[in-house]
Amino acid sequence: MSSLSASSPKPVAPKRRFDTRRLMPYLFISPFFILFGIFGLFPLLFSVVLSLHSWDPAAGFEAMRWVGFDNYTFALTRDDWLHASLYNTLWIALVAGLPQHLIALPLAYFLHTCFGRWRNLVVGLYFLPFITSTVAIALVFSALFSKDFGVVNSILAAFKSVPLVGAIMPEQSVDWANNPQYTKWMISFVVFWRFVGWNTVLYLAALQTVPRDLLEAAEIDGASLWRRFRYIVLPLLKPMMFFAVTLTIIGNLQLFEEPFILTGGTGGTDQAGKTAAMHMYWVAFREGDFGTASAIAWLLFIVIAAVTGLNNRLLGQREND
Amino acid sequence: MLAFVAQASAFGAPKITLTVATFPDLDRAAKLAIPGFKKLYPDVDVRISALSAEDHHTAMITALAGGSNLPDVMAIEARFIGQFAESAGLIDLRRAPYNAEARSTQLAKFALAAGKSSKGAMAALPVDVGPGTMFYRADLLAKAQLKESDLTGSWEQFIDAGKKLKASTGAYLVANAVDIKDIYIRASLADGEGIYFDANGKPVVTSPRFEKAFEIARAARQAGIDARIKAWTNEWSEGFRRDRVAAQMMGAWLGGHLQNWIAPQSKGAWRSAPLPNGMFASWGGSFYAIPEKGRHKEMAWAFLQYLVFDKAQQIEAFRQLDAFPSLLEAQSDPFVDQPIEYFGGTAVRQQWSAAVRKIPAVDVDRYDEAAREIVDAQLEKVLDRGKDIKQALRDAERDILRRVRRY
Repeated sequence: MSSLSASSPKPVAPKRRFDTRRLMPYLFISPFFILFGIFGLFPLLFSVVLSLHSWDPAAGFEAMRWVGFDNYTFALTRDDWLHASLYNTLWIALVAGLPQHLIALPLAYFLHTCFGRWRNLVVGLYFLPFITSTVAIALVFSALFSKDFGVVNSILAAFKSVPLVGAIMPEQSVDWANNPQYTKWMISFVVFWRFVGWNTVLYLAALQTVPRDLLEAAEIDGASLWRRFRYIVLPLLKPMMFFAVTLTIIGNLQLFEEPFILTGGTGGTDQAGKTAAMHMYWVAFREGDFGTASAIAWLLFIVIAAVTGLNNRLLGQREND
Repeated sequence: MLAFVAQASAFGAPKITLTVATFPDLDRAAKLAIPGFKKLYPDVDVRISALSAEDHHTAMITALAGGSNLPDVMAIEARFIGQFAESAGLIDLRRAPYNAEARSTQLAKFALAAGKSSKGAMAALPVDVGPGTMFYRADLLAKAQLKESDLTGSWEQFIDAGKKLKASTGAYLVANAVDIKDIYIRASLADGEGIYFDANGKPVVTSPRFEKAFEIARAARQAGIDARIKAWTNEWSEGFRRDRVAAQMMGAWLGGHLQNWIAPQSKGAWRSAPLPNGMFASWGGSFYAIPEKGRHKEMAWAFLQYLVFDKAQQIEAFRQLDAFPSLLEAQSDPFVDQPIEYFGGTAVRQQWSAAVRKIPAVDVDRYDEAAREIVDAQLEKVLDRGKDIKQALRDAERDILRRVRRY
């Protein structure tokens, strides 16, 4: 009704049905929307639908059955492996994630101040693990952490003869991949090693924006290297810290490849090294339960959103900052 | 351009291209079948694609889910058969025109049973089987003055032999005590029983079978005769190469792996013996199925039959890649009696063939893999942390019941 009355006062212009000039822009940007629709939006919505169904994909579409929130209640109340793997994920995220930043920050500052010509080369070396294939990394590390023939265990064994340190060294060679006590440590180490360079590069980039005159003024005023780092660099790096920590949180909570390959796809004995993403994969492809797997995916999304939100409150910029 | 046209016409009318999706080494067996199959059906091209076993099954699940990109013939490995056999996306081969039931007596019954769904549909036919066997190093045993019969008697004898072996050669008798549990729970089953679940899908892990399996595994660990090595790791293969592990219970197909890459240098030293305590168990194997939405179902059935029921093809696969035939007729071929140099000139295949006839037809369940994970986790607690066996199995049952959802 209202549309009729609103359009009546306007001068009546002959309306062309297909105005190619007006359609063109939409046509040009349509590839993105079509691709996004097929590969982005549709799977997203489909997984919502799936999470409310019981479905073994091997049985075909006909086998889909509506179960309401059953998958969510199962995942939350009965899926012990999900709870264990969520705990593992948070554990690894913390143990692998925190040192990444604690080391990357001073390292970036050190590289920034102490390296001249060679800086890019050194940064490149630190960055190398990040661009190396995860599979290659995991395979190399599983050889390093091998129980009987690995370098790590030989080093530990060599330390055994050193007086004081020897006492805390393990008696037998450590079964990193299969002994539930050690699996998470091994995975965390590999993840830490892989991403420390990436974070260093992020912080190094942010350091370029720290005004030189500020640092020089502080130096003239007699501020030590540590004080310049603590009171000038660190506060100015806060936005980048927020960004880098956010990336670490999201990446570590979705951790899949490293633990998957290091534990041979099983998650290790007693699920000790199984992450939530790995569990989701197990439920989908090994138990043939895509419904619950989708529900787990959404629960994981909620966890990631919550932790990221928390990070936002801790490190994010406030309006009055 | 002209040349292209000429070439195209030289090939004549468009042929049928049959697609076969499989995984290594099974793809080699399928390739062996092509020349013989083409003689029967000259107009059919067979295209074989192979992915690693894990990826292959993931891809097939995805294909079945969407009902597109399905191959005409689909390979399935024993580990995954429980899930695939229940699929409505695979043809029930009992149906006309396939009528596979009529020919089913020609195949090893335990493998045939694995390819059936819980409702009795014949979703897949076995193409090779894995009779469980015990490979051992005759030279290391001789050093410890042990005989084969010391290993194949009772489990107590087996563990005693392990202690002796350890004392005189330093070698372990088993790679991992978990292997003993695995073979024990598989053996000594009756037809129609499941490893972890009964016919109604109820877990049976608190049964005496599991208790005994856990006890033997614990006794082996306490006796110090297991190397605490997980199968298929670097330590595992190195253990065989460096004479640290003297025996391995597994499917007969391990013989090919030993010979080809794990320990080719200890040629002549390996032997194969029946499992301890007169047990018989199935370990691995492969299947073929035809997807309901495949394009050339009739031709797919022809090819599947050629792979499974053609004696010459079954023997050729056996000869080339140690795929033990599912076809009973192929198992009584003179080829079975040939001595194998790698196994010190013994005719190990005879022993495997005898085993195949005694393996029970075990019922598979789609939650078998999950149950195995849970039971293994509890066994680890028993072996390494001294948990009580009965308690561990009760906990395993509780965990399985929580895990399993059946609609």
